[in-house]
Amino acid sequence: MQAEVKSNDQEVKHAQFSEFVSFTVAGQAFCLKITQIREIRRWSPVTILPHAPSDVLGVMNLRGAVIPIYDLSARFGLETTEASERNVVIVVSSAGKPVGLLAESVSEIISINPEEIQETPPVDSRNTMEYIQGIISHDETMVRIINLDAVISVPEQVL
Amino acid sequence: MSGSIQDTFFEECEELLEATDEGLSAIEGGDHDPEVVNAVFRAVHSIKGGAGAFGLDELVAFAHRFETVFDEVRANRMELDEPLIQLLLRSCDHLYNLVAVARDGGETDQAHHNMLIEALDKYIPEEEEDLTFEPMGLGGPMDVSAIDIPQAPTEETYQIHFRPLKDMYSTGNEPIFLFQALQEMGELTIVLDDSELPGFDGMDPEESYLSWNLTLVTTEARATVEAVFEFVEGLCELSIEGAGDADADAAALAALEAAFGGAPAAESPPIVEPAAMVEETPPAPFEQPAPAPTPEVKPDASGSKPAAPKAENSKTEQRGPNPTLRVDLERVDRLINAVGELIINHSMLAQQIANLDVADVRDVETELEGFKNLARDIQEGVMSIRAQPVKPLFQRMARIVREASSATGKSCKLVTEGENTEVDKTVIERLADPLTHILRNAVDHGIEKPEDREGTNKDKVGEIRLTASHRSGSVCIEVKDDGAGVNRPRVKQIAIEKGLIPENAELTDAEIDNLLFAPGFSTAKEVSNLSGRGVGMDVVKNAVTGLGGRINISSSPGKGSTFTIILPLTLAVMDGMVVSVADQTMVVPITSIVETMRGNDDMINNLGADGTLLSIRGSFVPICDVAGALGLEKKDDQPPGVYLLVETETGQRSALAVDDIHDQRQVVIKSLDGVCGEIAGVAAATILGDGKIAMILDPESILAASPAVGAFDTERRMSNAS
Repeated sequence: MQAEVKSNDQEVKHAQFSEFVSFTVAGQAFCLKITQIREIRRWSPVTILPHAPSDVLGVMNLRGAVIPIYDLSARFGLETTEASERNVVIVVSSAGKPVGLLAESVSEIISINPEEIQETPPVDSRNTMEYIQGIISHDETMVRIINLDAVISVPEQVL
Repeated sequence: MSGSIQDTFFEECEELLEATDEGLSAIEGGDHDPEVVNAVFRAVHSIKGGAGAFGLDELVAFAHRFETVFDEVRANRMELDEPLIQLLLRSCDHLYNLVAVARDGGETDQAHHNMLIEALDKYIPEEEEDLTFEPMGLGGPMDVSAIDIPQAPTEETYQIHFRPLKDMYSTGNEPIFLFQALQEMGELTIVLDDSELPGFDGMDPEESYLSWNLTLVTTEARATVEAVFEFVEGLCELSIEGAGDADADAAALAALEAAFGGAPAAESPPIVEPAAMVEETPPAPFEQPAPAPTPEVKPDASGSKPAAPKAENSKTEQRGPNPTLRVDLERVDRLINAVGELIINHSMLAQQIANLDVADVRDVETELEGFKNLARDIQEGVMSIRAQPVKPLFQRMARIVREASSATGKSCKLVTEGENTEVDKTVIERLADPLTHILRNAVDHGIEKPEDREGTNKDKVGEIRLTASHRSGSVCIEVKDDGAGVNRPRVKQIAIEKGLIPENAELTDAEIDNLLFAPGFSTAKEVSNLSGRGVGMDVVKNAVTGLGGRINISSSPGKGSTFTIILPLTLAVMDGMVVSVADQTMVVPITSIVETMRGNDDMINNLGADGTLLSIRGSFVPICDVAGALGLEKKDDQPPGVYLLVETETGQRSALAVDDIHDQRQVVIKSLDGVCGEIAGVAAATILGDGKIAMILDPESILAASPAVGAFDTERRMSNAS
């Protein structure tokens, strides 16, 4: 399943707006810049990597390339996801290499004026602070903007 | 742009150095054929020429001396005796170093450099030619002396017609910079000719329509003017005509013809090298100007014909009879990846068809079989592109042996066999270090001192034999020396001192020999410059294992030792046994499996609290549970059903317990580099017919990670000792 991103004419006119894809992880709303996302796929069972930390689910075959899949929820220090067919894998690109992130479901594409992005208020959980770049208010819910580099770079050091 | 040209220069340097090395080795072997001598001379000269163009002074200076000495040899003014050949060989080695320094940076060994220069200078007769090289200079000193270019101290007017081809722009050249350079030489008038410019509609933005007519009044020599256009050679139509040099042209042409025609040995000028690079790119649809820096460059190229064919000849002579194509490695790798996908795709298709609920699929299966064979053909073809003869590697090893011999004061010669055996390029590259280490060891520890050798009725000169051969789907590389062999009592003593084995251990000869590969084992009494830098043969072993290969040693005292390296032919595809472990499908390399068997309870014997042994025809081997070693949880409590008997390098056997065996098939190796770090027990991954990824296991590291077998290892040693 590939999400094709169409920007309608009206949005193009507001050049200063950036588009984000929002999705839920462990019941919370998160988002990533649309340009960071390569594709979104339905979850299919992955091959387990032996001795891998709990937030690394395993590896998946993406058209002949072996890509690692991380459990976003576990990475954020939330409960580990019991992956099922309903879940999605968001394929992002890190330094040219694709990486898959498991999320509960994808919600929508939202258009955000960069000025609306608020800094993350300090909270106790250091894990969260590290992975969250900022927050935005959208339809009266809080959407967390993920710091992709932090999410992707850490596991390679851990492994 | 200069970066890529420089790269090409270094690539060619490698080839030229190999040619030099090869020629010198032939000469050393007694072949004094003038053609061989000429080939070496040409190669060194080309290196010098190219180096001059890049302003690599040290390299130029050294190559020049080398060349000068060789010129004497070529002209039969000097005899090629043994000391001279040795000096030339060492100079050639030094050329390698200089090229490496020029390419990678670093320091030249000045003492060695000066020593060689001094030694070479002794062979150079009386007067020296002028050594200074213009970084952008055209032509070496040779050509200047051979071709009497009219020096122009007075002002000269040049009419230059310059029409860039499309390709010139794509290489990043700008006419304006060329004009600026010309302007610095004197008075320049530029007239733009835009007559070829089409209407706005018909214009191709990438095409080149403009040309220029330039008039330059300068005191500079013609060669200097031409030098400005050096880097756009072949990328433009160019004519340079001096106002009053028609006569001079004729004279220069005659001199040129005399130089090339009269003395076949006269070298094509160094600028042929950049021109040769140009020829590698797809030929421009236009006629290319003559590549040589002849004083005559006419647009129709007819005027320079006497020079051009000669340049061609010398080039083909250097390249050898087989025309070759230099292709970017990345392109080949992309093709290899695509073929890998094709093979995976085939097995997916086969699986899908097998799953179909159709009564008669025989026709489809026949066609699918054809598909499979074709895919395999393509795969073999593509892999053979990557396959390269080990010859260059072996030539490098000859240097290593020479260097090592002179450093240790021993005399050895390297005999190579099977140089044309082809091995995957990556294997060759990654084999260089371990092989270097083995050879240094062979010279340092294997071959005895000359006086000792004479005492044992051996030839004073030690012989190291380096052989490559294909052996049933793998490549076998053998290093055999006729030295003293492994000094087993000492090896054992050191192993005991270093705590590698218990003091009272009793080991077989083979086991003692294999101690050489134990980590942290180094027999050199003191750390010499050569081997014994703390890293020992275990590094060699790791490198070979990293390539999916094995290394063995056999030795007989007083007669010498033999190291045998067995490597897989390719790194991209291997034969594997598809097994299942804790509900996961995995692949075990066929090469490491000795035997497979279905186990039953009678065959399993407990030893101690956790240890289990499998009894096979009266002998017992430790069992290693793969799922446990990989930290995987089993969903059911069923005991593993199948045992894979594997043999480690030390000859020790173990049984890997897996749930089931499914299939034996060729799998495409997908590296896990960059996907995750190194995983104990896993070598790589592959994609199976159903599109799923399977881990390719590394039995050696599974066994190393398994506590049960590790403990057993020590136990056995202890029991041996008692």
